[in-house]
Amino acid sequence: MTGTALKRIAPQLLALAALVGLVSLFYPGFLSVSVNDGRLVGPAIDVLKRSAPVAILAVGMTLVIATRGIDLSVGATMAICGAVAAYAVSAGTGLPVALALAIGAGLLAGLWNGVLVALVGVQPFVATLILMTAGRGIAQLITEGRILTFTDPAFAFVGSGTLWGLPFPAWLWLALAVLTALVMRRTALGMLVESIGINRRASALAGVNAVVLLIAVYMAMGFCAALAGLVVTADIRGADANNAGLWLELDAILAVVIGGNSLLGGRFSIAASVIGALIIQTITIGIRLAGFPSEYNLVIKAVLVVVILVLQSPRIAAEWRYWRDEARRKREAEGKGTP
Amino acid sequence: MVLSIRSLTKIFPGTRALDGVDFDLRAGEVHALLGENGAGKSTLIKCLTGAYQRSAGTVRLDGAEIAPTSTVEAQDLGIGTVYQEVNLLPNLTVAQNLMFGREPRRFGLIDHRSLRAEARRLLAEYGLDIDVDRDLGSYSVAVRQIVAIARAVALSGKVLILDEPTASLDAREVQMLFKVVRGLRDRGLGIIFVSHFLDQVFDLCDRVTVLRNGRHVVTTETDALDRMALIEHMLGRTLRDEVLHNPPPDRGPRPEMLRFTGIGRRGVVEPFDLTIGKGEVVGLAGLLGSGRTESAELLFGLRPAQTGEARDESGKLDLPGPRAAIGHGFGFAPEDRKTDGIVADLSLRENILLGLQARRGWMRPIPRAEQNRLADDYIRRLDIRTSGKEKPIGELSGGNQQKAVLARWLAMNPRFLILDEPTRGIDVGAHAEILHLIHDLVDQGLSILVISSELDELLAVSNRVIVLRDRRHVAELTGAAISGEGIMRAIAATEGAPA
Repeated sequence: MTGTALKRIAPQLLALAALVGLVSLFYPGFLSVSVNDGRLVGPAIDVLKRSAPVAILAVGMTLVIATRGIDLSVGATMAICGAVAAYAVSAGTGLPVALALAIGAGLLAGLWNGVLVALVGVQPFVATLILMTAGRGIAQLITEGRILTFTDPAFAFVGSGTLWGLPFPAWLWLALAVLTALVMRRTALGMLVESIGINRRASALAGVNAVVLLIAVYMAMGFCAALAGLVVTADIRGADANNAGLWLELDAILAVVIGGNSLLGGRFSIAASVIGALIIQTITIGIRLAGFPSEYNLVIKAVLVVVILVLQSPRIAAEWRYWRDEARRKREAEGKGTP
Repeated sequence: MVLSIRSLTKIFPGTRALDGVDFDLRAGEVHALLGENGAGKSTLIKCLTGAYQRSAGTVRLDGAEIAPTSTVEAQDLGIGTVYQEVNLLPNLTVAQNLMFGREPRRFGLIDHRSLRAEARRLLAEYGLDIDVDRDLGSYSVAVRQIVAIARAVALSGKVLILDEPTASLDAREVQMLFKVVRGLRDRGLGIIFVSHFLDQVFDLCDRVTVLRNGRHVVTTETDALDRMALIEHMLGRTLRDEVLHNPPPDRGPRPEMLRFTGIGRRGVVEPFDLTIGKGEVVGLAGLLGSGRTESAELLFGLRPAQTGEARDESGKLDLPGPRAAIGHGFGFAPEDRKTDGIVADLSLRENILLGLQARRGWMRPIPRAEQNRLADDYIRRLDIRTSGKEKPIGELSGGNQQKAVLARWLAMNPRFLILDEPTRGIDVGAHAEILHLIHDLVDQGLSILVISSELDELLAVSNRVIVLRDRRHVAELTGAAISGEGIMRAIAATEGAPA
């Protein structure tokens, strides 16, 4: 990682560190890790695992938001994909086919959104609202209104297995984030995505194939939603069309925003978004560990998010720089005054 | 003397935007404020309107020292401002805009009848008879401009500042506006007029003040000043006169490279034929709205043509969209740089390479070393002034943005380049540089279509000029027939006749 990239995610890293410190005050054992049966165990490991759905969604959402779009349908898409996988596994297709079907469903959902946004020209908010509403219905049709449970241990591994000591979902989001970031920055994709987000018209005029790129980005989002759907479905060993991924689209958008990415599109950082997802999960688990009654959870979470966003806002940053420079000037002036 | 400024200084961290500037405004004069980008015109105006507080110096209005801290305070003191982008509310009616904040009231409620009557009375003074109940946004920029002036004068009434008021008006609208401005001058207002258009300055203004690098250069009666002297004052160096006022070299008949026949689209441009020679500059002249830009958009496939076809020596060319046009070796630098040209938050380097990268495809990124080499090369060749190639292009000046858009196309090595208003909103120095550049490119064999509303510019670069009127191509001038008078006659010849 180069210096500029590190500088970009510094506020998010600082926020995360501060949060971890805060939680540790209330619950000193937060960072303690023990080995149990070849697995690392501890609250922090739990954060890594529980972050998976939102972190995976945040990877795709970062790209969508970079194109100046938004995808509200990812929670519903998660439910569809989970239902498809559970249905296929219980029908005895075998895991590979079930996974492929689920991912295919996610890509299809992305294609639908992408076509509406890029070809038909519907505003992303409205376009994805359609699938957000319809998606749960589709998932319910697949599960026939029940919670579709399964017993396939290989599928369950996706949600709760352990690989090289760490929970499998943690590996999954880490790998996805690293791979996506590499593909974006080692090819020209990242720049092209940013350019259509900043100025689609000018980009198209310069020969950027904005339509295809937009559809591809929404399909990538669909792919991420499928992965996230698989993780939550595998974790509870059942597809719950009503609750799988419920409201997670909002957490994913929040993670991207905490990651300092502008909702107006353009420059993006996947690393920062993923750290944003970690921050959200640390807050959720931290509040529980700190022993607050559960009815406080959402309110405390909201307060912490507001504090983080305010501290990160460019205006506050400019003020802070100003005061720092003032103080430095004053010090220097005093330094000159005394021979 | 209605306004008297003495040794006005404004210091920003690192720069002196204004450095001891003196400026006087008489009652009943139109006083032009001129200077290149960065000369300090806007800073001076902002110090007057209360947007900035001056660092030193005095400003006296009718003999009393003033230091407004907000535009409202400046307005109450008597200084009104109208900007290029009219600062009114397009979704309110004309009457509401005129009377905003001082609506006549009856029993505490707005009295709509006297509101309308008052608005009509105000506009009548400007010879404007329009429906004051319609939304302001439904009227042309010129009308909005006059409404803004009427409001500013009604609110302030001593000094009127017009900041680039004519930038988006066509010739007739400009005259309409000037009539209003002259009327206000005769009523005794002091008017400060900021504009890029020297012709308009000579047409309208009684006196001229030139600023350069934050300093006062000269103030003089307009009659006592000729064009070249004025430009010299602004640039501080002699403009290469031959660039602006000599015809382009006679390049002789050029071998035909592209032939467009019957290209048209209903309601946009009537079908027209156009041939482009290799190494030739073709100019498109016409008034605003005559179909110049639309013609170019059809040629580039930006709007699909309904009729006609394009051919080169190898055969028929399909033009379903910009990507296809780029594939045929076309390039298009649009008129509105901000919305259609630059990608503001990307760096200068990325903006230069965007087109090339898009053509190569995302799988084949241009290696970073190659990117740096290309960007540095074009920054040097086109003399783009920047503190570095990683600077976001939105932070560069208009002229440098335009050069970067040109660099983007040149990096793709096109054979046919369309330049729509390539020097709009660019200061005089960069203007001459871009005209020079056009000559150089054509000498290297590039063919260029130039759209411009500045006659001088067309005369300076074109080997052939095509004149448009009312969405039709009405005349083609070649060789000796190309002259300002010839073009204007071609535009006027059909003027008044039914379309």
